[in-house]
Amino acid sequence: MMGFEIVILWSDVLIWLLVLAGIGVGVLIAKNPPLLAAWRRVGANRVGMASATILLAFIVIGLLDSMHYRLQLEGKPGQKASYAIEVLSVLDAIAMPLRTRNEKTYSAPFATRLYAKETMDVPGQGTIRDYPRLKHGGKHLGENEGDAAADAGFAAFKAMVLALLGWLGIYGVIAAVNRKKGRKIFFGERTFAWDAVLVTLLLILLIAVPLFTLSSQYHVFGTDKVGQDVLYQILKSVRTGLIIGLVTTLVMLPMAVLLGIIAGYFRGWVDDLIQYIYTVLNSIPGVLLIAAAVLMMQVVIDTHPQWFSTAAERADLRLLALCFILGITSWTGLCRLLRGETLKLRELEYIQAAQAFGVSNGRIIVRHILPNLMHIVIIALVMDFSGLVLAEAVLSYVGIGVDPSMTSFGTMINNARMELGREPVVWWSLAAAFSAMFILVLAANLFADAVRDAFDPRVA
Amino acid sequence: MLAYIVRRLLYAIPILIGVNLLTFALFFVVNTPDDMARMQLGVKRVTPEAIEKWKVERGYDKPLLINSAAKGLSTVTETIFFEKSARMFVGDFGRAEDGRDVAREIAVRMGPSLAIALPTFILGLLVSITFALLLAFFRATAFDFWGVVLCVAAMSISGLFYIIGGQYLISKIWRLVPISGFGDGLDAWRFLILPVLIGVISGIGSSARWYRTIFLEEVNKDYVRTARAKGLPETVVFFRHILRNALIPILTGVVVVIPLLFMGSLLTESFFGIPGLGSYTIDAINAQDFAVVRSMVFIGSVLYIIGLILTDISYTLVDPRIRFE
Repeated sequence: MMGFEIVILWSDVLIWLLVLAGIGVGVLIAKNPPLLAAWRRVGANRVGMASATILLAFIVIGLLDSMHYRLQLEGKPGQKASYAIEVLSVLDAIAMPLRTRNEKTYSAPFATRLYAKETMDVPGQGTIRDYPRLKHGGKHLGENEGDAAADAGFAAFKAMVLALLGWLGIYGVIAAVNRKKGRKIFFGERTFAWDAVLVTLLLILLIAVPLFTLSSQYHVFGTDKVGQDVLYQILKSVRTGLIIGLVTTLVMLPMAVLLGIIAGYFRGWVDDLIQYIYTVLNSIPGVLLIAAAVLMMQVVIDTHPQWFSTAAERADLRLLALCFILGITSWTGLCRLLRGETLKLRELEYIQAAQAFGVSNGRIIVRHILPNLMHIVIIALVMDFSGLVLAEAVLSYVGIGVDPSMTSFGTMINNARMELGREPVVWWSLAAAFSAMFILVLAANLFADAVRDAFDPRVA
Repeated sequence: MLAYIVRRLLYAIPILIGVNLLTFALFFVVNTPDDMARMQLGVKRVTPEAIEKWKVERGYDKPLLINSAAKGLSTVTETIFFEKSARMFVGDFGRAEDGRDVAREIAVRMGPSLAIALPTFILGLLVSITFALLLAFFRATAFDFWGVVLCVAAMSISGLFYIIGGQYLISKIWRLVPISGFGDGLDAWRFLILPVLIGVISGIGSSARWYRTIFLEEVNKDYVRTARAKGLPETVVFFRHILRNALIPILTGVVVVIPLLFMGSLLTESFFGIPGLGSYTIDAINAQDFAVVRSMVFIGSVLYIIGLILTDISYTLVDPRIRFE
């Protein structure tokens, strides 16, 4: 039994804190009837719940990738245990074959041979130039390489049957629970869009289970320039995207809410000062401010190598710094919105009544103003997510995004940017990265729309 | 009116000073010039003499804010803040790492940037408004529904995809236009078509959806009901009354980005090899040329503030109810 040491990266801490905060907010919402009613409207929205299911699948991948450890190196007994430099996650352990079975260079999806010809010595035939067989992709086929399509098809079919059976099991449980309450899942009036959730879940299972089983024998999305499996990179990118999208909003939220409410509530010089701060920050074009801040952060990181014991920790800190920088550049919009809304709220009768009763300012803000701004905050949170995921790709392309050693959609696209110019075309890395990002962002956008419709009925 | 504009301009000065102080703090206080020198010269093999030489060559050897060695006024002027940051107010941006004058370079590169950004902006606005108008006119029909679905899908695609895919399809497969580059004078149009087209397409999704909601907000207003009650045909109500009124928020909303067009687009210019300000900025970021990035931050904020002032003026021009307070 190999020992291991649990590694807690800063981003892991934040992401699990976010999960806890999500649960806490859920409890608070359950006690607040208007918010609960709004979330019920989201729950009844089919598109909203279908996209929520997809987002949840991404979140599960991200959470699995947020539990890190380092394996113990084999040493003599009695010696002090030493640990590998490489930091692994639970996802790495599950996807072990994907991570370790690297080829030499590019290979197409489901290929059994490399993408480029090589000179090889074959016993009996002398030196020939041919496409060499892959070390791992389709290895179990042995001599019968031509059967790859049939073999993969059959394996996929078996996996799909399995997925269908699993789905039927889940469906049975949910249907039984609902029948107890006298509700139908399909057809008829619903208070929760179980039908959308189940159909989406079926689709996810029908795609994910075959992918998972096939990925142990083939490179389902091909391999990249250094022979790494593209599917593995996609899985690893999910966490980076989620952190950028979620932690950034976590960073900007306290600042935007606090300053926005204070500016709107107290007015006068406080308002002038806060308005001045956000106008200054806003007037610097976002990309340039981020570029300047990231360049400076890079200098700090490079001049203090002693801070980090592993490369993963350094990349992790850079990711968090990027979140902070994005948060600092993006809080102004929400702050302005909240300030405007607070200016309106503070003139309403119930606030003035509270002031007349001598309720302290802090209490008015927490009890009477903040709850009435929650819908704006929630809408802003879900709307920002997709934009941030897209921004990460662009920033990484420009060279001011995440650490180049960290897998993300941006670094994948950046590394693959010249591949369409090759002959024959290497399309699979780019296609996989763009489609995974598209699915994530589309789901986030649709969910955001559902949330906005439920919380803010004014906008059509 | 004139007094109003003057007051707005005066109001811009403290904001510019704030931007200047912020960039100064970011570039010189968070990291000392020593750090920058080490970064540029390579972290490993660097001698104190080399750092000193690097700093003297670029004028970074002076004190940050107050030079106690100098006398009189030059205690303030012979400092990094005055020479590198404050001089930007008079258009002196210093020299880039390759020794060229940044201000000159910016003046030369503005042309190509505008040649891309201006057509993209105008065409994009026209196409998006037209599409949004059609969606709003056929509101609550299948056309509207699928149009909005298309918009949301288009919004969810990364901007990088439009560029990479467009270059691949149009330049590599169909060989219609050159893949990248830039020409002089009128010859440049061959190089401009593709980036402009891609810029327009990649912007349609979000802007058309946004303009559609503006049109729909207008549809339920009282004057529209009055127009209908007068017996005007729906097309006249829509294309004469609603269109004109909805254009006010749309056009005043885009005024703020007009000055920023001078900055060019980072992505488009770097992908298409256009020698504009966007690619200048990207190259500077990659080469860690602090002088250029600093200058672009400053120019960007000046242009943004001009945009804000223009927005306010345009509001007062189109809507006489807003007074010059």
